[in-house]
Amino acid sequence: MDELAIQIILGISVASVPLIFAAIGELVVERSGVLNLGVEGMMIMGAIIGLVVQYHTGSGLLSVIAAMAAGMLMASIFAFLTQLFLTNHVATGLALTLFGLGVAAFIGKNYSDITVTRISALHIPWFSDLPVIGSLVFGYDPLFYLAILMVFLVWWFLFKTKRGLILRAIGDNHDAAHAIGHQVIRYRVLAILFGGGMAGIGGAYLSLVQVPMWVEGMSAGRGWIAIALVVFASWQPFKVIVGALIFGGISILQLHAQAFGVYIPAQYLSMLPYLMTIIVLVSLRIGSKSNTNRTMPNCLGKVFHSTS
Amino acid sequence: MKYQLELQNICKSYGSLKANEDITLGIKPASIHALLGENGAGKSTLVKIIYGSLQSNSGTMKWCDQDYKPNSPFEAREKGLAMVFQHFSLFESLTVAENIILGLDGVGLDSDYIEQITKYSKQYGLNVNAQQVVGDLSVGARQRVEIIRCLMQEPKLLIMDEPTSVLTPQEVSDLFITLRKLAENGCTILYISHKLEEVRQICHQATILRGGKLIQNCNPQEHSKRELAEMMIGKKLINLARSNIKIGEDVFSINNLSKKSEEMFGVDLHDICLTVKEGSIVGIAGVAGNGQDELMHLLIGEKKSPEGVLIFKGKDIGKLNSHQRRQLSMFFTPEERLGHGAVADMKLDENMLLSRPQKSEMTNYGVINWQQVEMLTQRVITDFDVQTQSSKMLAQSLSGGNLQKFMVGRELIQNPDLLIVAQPTWGVDAGSENHIHQSLITLAEQGSAILIISQDLDEVLTLCEQVHVITAGKLSPAVDMQDNGLEKLSQLMVGGKSND
Amino acid sequence: MINIEQRTDSSAKMVILAPILALTLTAISTMIIFLWASLDVMNAFYVFYIEPLTGKYNLSELLVKAAPLMMIALGLSIGFRAGVWNIGAEGQYIIGAISGGAVGLYYYNVEATWLIPLMAFAAVLGGMGYAGIAAFLRTRFQVNEILVTLMLTYVAILFLSAMVFGPLRNPDGFNFPESRIFHDSATLPIIWQGTRAHIGFIIALLFAGVTWFITKKHMFGMQIKISGSAPRAARFAGFNENKTIWYTLLISGGLAGLAGLFEAAGPVGQLVPHLPVGYGFTAIIVAFLARLHPIGIVFTSLLIALTYMGGENAQITLQLPSSITSVFQGMLLFYFLACNVLIEHKVAFSFNWSK
Repeated sequence: MDELAIQIILGISVASVPLIFAAIGELVVERSGVLNLGVEGMMIMGAIIGLVVQYHTGSGLLSVIAAMAAGMLMASIFAFLTQLFLTNHVATGLALTLFGLGVAAFIGKNYSDITVTRISALHIPWFSDLPVIGSLVFGYDPLFYLAILMVFLVWWFLFKTKRGLILRAIGDNHDAAHAIGHQVIRYRVLAILFGGGMAGIGGAYLSLVQVPMWVEGMSAGRGWIAIALVVFASWQPFKVIVGALIFGGISILQLHAQAFGVYIPAQYLSMLPYLMTIIVLVSLRIGSKSNTNRTMPNCLGKVFHSTS
Repeated sequence: MKYQLELQNICKSYGSLKANEDITLGIKPASIHALLGENGAGKSTLVKIIYGSLQSNSGTMKWCDQDYKPNSPFEAREKGLAMVFQHFSLFESLTVAENIILGLDGVGLDSDYIEQITKYSKQYGLNVNAQQVVGDLSVGARQRVEIIRCLMQEPKLLIMDEPTSVLTPQEVSDLFITLRKLAENGCTILYISHKLEEVRQICHQATILRGGKLIQNCNPQEHSKRELAEMMIGKKLINLARSNIKIGEDVFSINNLSKKSEEMFGVDLHDICLTVKEGSIVGIAGVAGNGQDELMHLLIGEKKSPEGVLIFKGKDIGKLNSHQRRQLSMFFTPEERLGHGAVADMKLDENMLLSRPQKSEMTNYGVINWQQVEMLTQRVITDFDVQTQSSKMLAQSLSGGNLQKFMVGRELIQNPDLLIVAQPTWGVDAGSENHIHQSLITLAEQGSAILIISQDLDEVLTLCEQVHVITAGKLSPAVDMQDNGLEKLSQLMVGGKSND
Repeated sequence: MINIEQRTDSSAKMVILAPILALTLTAISTMIIFLWASLDVMNAFYVFYIEPLTGKYNLSELLVKAAPLMMIALGLSIGFRAGVWNIGAEGQYIIGAISGGAVGLYYYNVEATWLIPLMAFAAVLGGMGYAGIAAFLRTRFQVNEILVTLMLTYVAILFLSAMVFGPLRNPDGFNFPESRIFHDSATLPIIWQGTRAHIGFIIALLFAGVTWFITKKHMFGMQIKISGSAPRAARFAGFNENKTIWYTLLISGGLAGLAGLFEAAGPVGQLVPHLPVGYGFTAIIVAFLARLHPIGIVFTSLLIALTYMGGENAQITLQLPSSITSVFQGMLLFYFLACNVLIEHKVAFSFNWSK
């Protein structure tokens, strides 16, 4: 395998990690029946907070934890408003995104000219030194493996545990779940916080691994793509990886387009991931026979009010 | 132990509304005890207090002579109470087994529950397949799932909230067999219903509630249906009679209507034929989910029909939308009130505008004449005895019966040549039911044609002179009610063949 | 803990009180941020909230900023009422500016009174066409319009960049990524001499009046409201769901496109990559703060314009980053959404911790 191909595969994997994190978090949130459109805002907060902590402490672990906490803090605003104050999910999610972009830019002003240490790839003695396999399988940063692990964990939780079953049941019919005594709001709040934490880590990946510096608006719509990915994955954890690789692939191929002899203004190539999202959403609909998506949680985005 | 469950002076209020006022009653072990009352009488609130979903403001309860004060359904279940809800608390995307586990505390995914499910379904004749997805099940099967879920907790008291409202006559008699078996085995049953005939058939004791207060404890077998009804509504019922039936010309006909359903679990309609004449009331009986919804969509015009199939006064209306159909004096009341026939978070006057024929002068080139709208709304409110503070109240704030009267009234004040109404009295209290039936009869007597789609056999028998039965998307030929119709009808309902 | 009960009708008192409460809470939070940034609180408060209301320059700039917000928010409010979530007004704004601007640039040597109307027409068509993509995909393939309009916004930003770097670049502009400057008859008339306040504000007010009439007095307004609250009831009333989606997206797209052109042919005066400054997104906040009410939008767009001015002032006088504006806008919306619950619900605090 030649060097360029390995470079591209590595690049695709790295590009898809933030999407996996954000999408797997949102998947759990949506499975519980909540539509949080604030992923972009939570991601960018993760990106800036991760960067700030990395700059001041130099500890990769600490910065990732801080980014996760930032995402969760953002998510808690959303949880508080939608679950206790019964606000509209769409409006609140949008507000969260706008707020997050603003706050991140506000904090980021003081960190615009610095670079931080990149979280580096693991080096596993012997394994990482293997030819080809070494870099393709054992040559990533720890967060890459964490992302894959999270997908497994989420799958295991949703389909192999009682609590996962309850969470899915709440997303399917919150009134029924409440009637038989399950704590709808508690499950949802926890799911939202999990989603926030994952989005935060996904954001940190942007500023700590992909580009170790702060660029305003650096999430560049990835939070939204992650939401589209959940639809693409039809709420199935493993399909999130497939989707993320496709999107990661497009964004990397666009960088390498000129190497393949494609000469189109850069702006048109940069449009590809966004256009691809639309195309994928359309093709999903052409593929399915029915108007209604059966895998979609029934209560998605509906406000739950326990006394009614 | 004299009583399985005793209630002492239970009170519950929401603001100024007293949902339960000073209720005291005792339920004997291994009995079937009815809780009777109209919608809004306080039955649901009382049951929720017993089941721990709500807490009373004052009063005490005793369970097996011990103090009982549940803070959640979990606590109630621990004591041995179980409940089958009216709107099933099932999860459509999950399997039967998963649904059952969700209702069982302390049962993980790995235990051998499937064996248990089979055991209970055999013991009580409740036939279900544990691996099926609930969304694919019939209503009766869903109820069986609910009951098994309850039985697996080995309850001492089983609460059933309006259990028969969605069942076929056959399913109802199966259910009664199960309930009697349960009572024989020592399980107490609290049976909530407003269907008096059933209560008289199966219950040993009855408690009648009205306006949040306990009206009477009695043995239902000792009272006539009419007596029970009058205790429930607190006033005398008007006698319904269709005296002068004058049938005229054909108004509306459906000729060989077939349509594949576009929905995942929809019913395909096959070759439906039917005629409604001036001055006549035609009924379509049958159990829910046999194509009534699909037929209603086509009749209202929410979906387009093939050419030459729907003929109204000699005109093909298959391609017209509901608004265009209303201009021809064809009006509709759908089954579902909130979200279909009315918009929950809109005021009554705004809801008036859902049905706005040109002749009503509510709009002119799309510009709304609010004065006219207000006038017509007031007319509906007064003529149809809609209990509401004003025309500015939100539709969702009205009780089911009042909203139904509003929806029927809204169409009736337009003097329709044809009224198509689905489940005119579903979930409506006896008083409103009486009122709605009376106004339908009056309309027919004025020479209008009426088509009623209803699951309530009593209703169809009271009102219609011709009845069709719908099963699996097929419509039976018309059965003439004067001519020994009931017998033919019952045969059709249980799936037998009609003789003609 | 917190007990929330549905009211039977919405509280008229709370409709007025909720935004006031939200504003107060935002003001308090702002002061806390000022304190945290160790600023002179009173002075910062003055710079942020009062100064924008003083003097000809500040007041005229308020109108300049309120005009596009108002126009976009009016369009969006119609869609939101119908449950059609056009989140990509920013993209339609850009496409409107490009298509209207391209007409102006094509006639760069023609001075005529018909030019501005023609540009406006092209801008409306451009915005409509762009929003129409989302309408087509939603009605034909049931693809969620939130994601489509958003993705198209990113595409539009890149497209604008491609245009000003390519075909629309000023041939005499030393390769700077910007178009020619619009000449006089391709720029909007000024309504306040000596300022940048342009006729767009008056036009936006006219649209507010029209929108008010439609929502209160016309069946189309009812159609939108019913479609948004209860789609099945809309079908029962004889409304075509797809038409509602098309109309609302075309209206909101057209207005956003027009707002984009007014910005390009107004205060900016040319096409530049930094033409989109987030009005399309902020207008969403404007629409919500006004509870989608057209007259409310007139006031909230002025209010939000004030936060932009305050942000700019704070940047100059207090050396605060301008992104503080979005922080305050987001906060205001959060508080407002929370306070809004008071309109439809009664909130009672009790101490039943067992629940």
